[in-house]
Amino acid sequence: MDTALPPETEERRRWMGVLARASAAEIAARLDTLPPPPAHMRLRGPETGLVMVRGRAGGDGAPFNLGEMTVTRCAVRLADGRVGHAYVAGRDARQAELAALVDALLLDAEARPAVERAVIAPLAETQAAKRTAEARRAAATRVQFFTMTQMR
Amino acid sequence: MYVATKGGEQAIGAAHAWLAETRRGDTALPEIEVAQIAEQLGLAADRVMAEGSCYDRGLAALAVKQAKGDLIEAAFLLRAYRTTLPRFGASAPLETGAMHIRRRISATYKDLPGGQVLGPTFDYTHRLLDFALAAAGSAPEPVPEAEPEPGNTPRVTELLAREGLMQRETPSAEEPGDLTREPLSFPAPRPVRLQALARGDEGFLLGLGYSTQRGYGNSHPFVGEIRVGEVAVEFTPPELGFPIEIGDITVTECQMVNQFKGSRTQPPQFTRGYGLVFGHGERKAMAMSLVDRALRAEEMGEEPVAPAQQQEFVLYHSDNVEATGFVEHLKLPHYVDFQSELENLRTMRETALNAAAE
Repeated sequence: MDTALPPETEERRRWMGVLARASAAEIAARLDTLPPPPAHMRLRGPETGLVMVRGRAGGDGAPFNLGEMTVTRCAVRLADGRVGHAYVAGRDARQAELAALVDALLLDAEARPAVERAVIAPLAETQAAKRTAEARRAAATRVQFFTMTQMR
Repeated sequence: MYVATKGGEQAIGAAHAWLAETRRGDTALPEIEVAQIAEQLGLAADRVMAEGSCYDRGLAALAVKQAKGDLIEAAFLLRAYRTTLPRFGASAPLETGAMHIRRRISATYKDLPGGQVLGPTFDYTHRLLDFALAAAGSAPEPVPEAEPEPGNTPRVTELLAREGLMQRETPSAEEPGDLTREPLSFPAPRPVRLQALARGDEGFLLGLGYSTQRGYGNSHPFVGEIRVGEVAVEFTPPELGFPIEIGDITVTECQMVNQFKGSRTQPPQFTRGYGLVFGHGERKAMAMSLVDRALRAEEMGEEPVAPAQQQEFVLYHSDNVEATGFVEHLKLPHYVDFQSELENLRTMRETALNAAAE
């Protein structure tokens, strides 16, 4: 992003990104550690469609259409009118609905810290750990060249 | 001429029943699960996603199972499925520079920021059949780990471009053409060509890429860089109005560095051919980058004399779903067409024989 977004939008982007990478089972397990969430109504979906993924010529040139990917979206409304959204890669309707529900819960500034602590933070931690494990494996396959002086 | 025919229903039904039975194979063996294909035949799923032009590992694996391992048939199934889904929109262009690197190698620089990271590669294996794999049950050795070095992994092309030695790409915010919406027209702009190549047949592009190395197209390529890893996909839902990450996808990118002798207006510099494909598809990404550079011939003031440099030839024949459709349609009944050919030939022969007799 070239233009800075308002901090509250950045926050929402962050948790939506975490939810998009978590499975339905993972989100449900974290939600279970909280008091039961309020009832929600489906405004749209969950429904599966496609997003056209774009690349850039040469990596940094003109955009081109690389190919599509499956994406599932959902919008839910809580009794107090808050609307949560989710767009998640893949075809898991339950993941999209749970992600939209958690998004709605997080929109309440008062409830946010508890939901953040119980759901988002542990999911983000799991995802970071997975990423680190992969980076460590990649690092082990990094070639360490020896120069002639070292080999003498 | 097409004529409606009837009468094959029973035979077709029986053929499909037999197909289902042969797909299952020996029932004394456990049935293969879709998840096993996605996990253990991952490169097959990757190829089907790339050529089916739809990123979804589960669907690709299902297609491989349904197609009995015929990957072109599987890509066809995936293409057909995607037409049943609505399109929500287009993503922001992938930031491959911010990729979480699993593999990254350069053939042009030994020491470079980010280093040479081999990743899970077939390279340097001896290509001897491993009979240990025939005896299932043994878990693979634990994978070594090491402390990742801090710092990012800049693009090799950027290192060259900073010195003015590599032609820069022209940034653009122009909406790219989309082959799935508008048919090809010529000359095709580079974004449309790249879309066609990204979903093109690996074997066809490999052959064309190879031809440019063997002298049909006069290219002198170096692998500036190949990188494989995960990139985040960003999409802006209209109802939100700001971009969100909807997940990560695995892609393979190849930057092929090529010579350019310069022109009256430009000093000599390197130019690039670009390859980007869904999943881990190194051979395909390399072939794509060779063909991309070859197709830039006219832009570079080179005479397009080789097959790989000819847009219509390459782009009209690179799509294996279209190609298989047209080649395989020859199997369908052509009884009436053939009858007329037969009549024609008989008349011609008669005329020729009569003429010879006179």
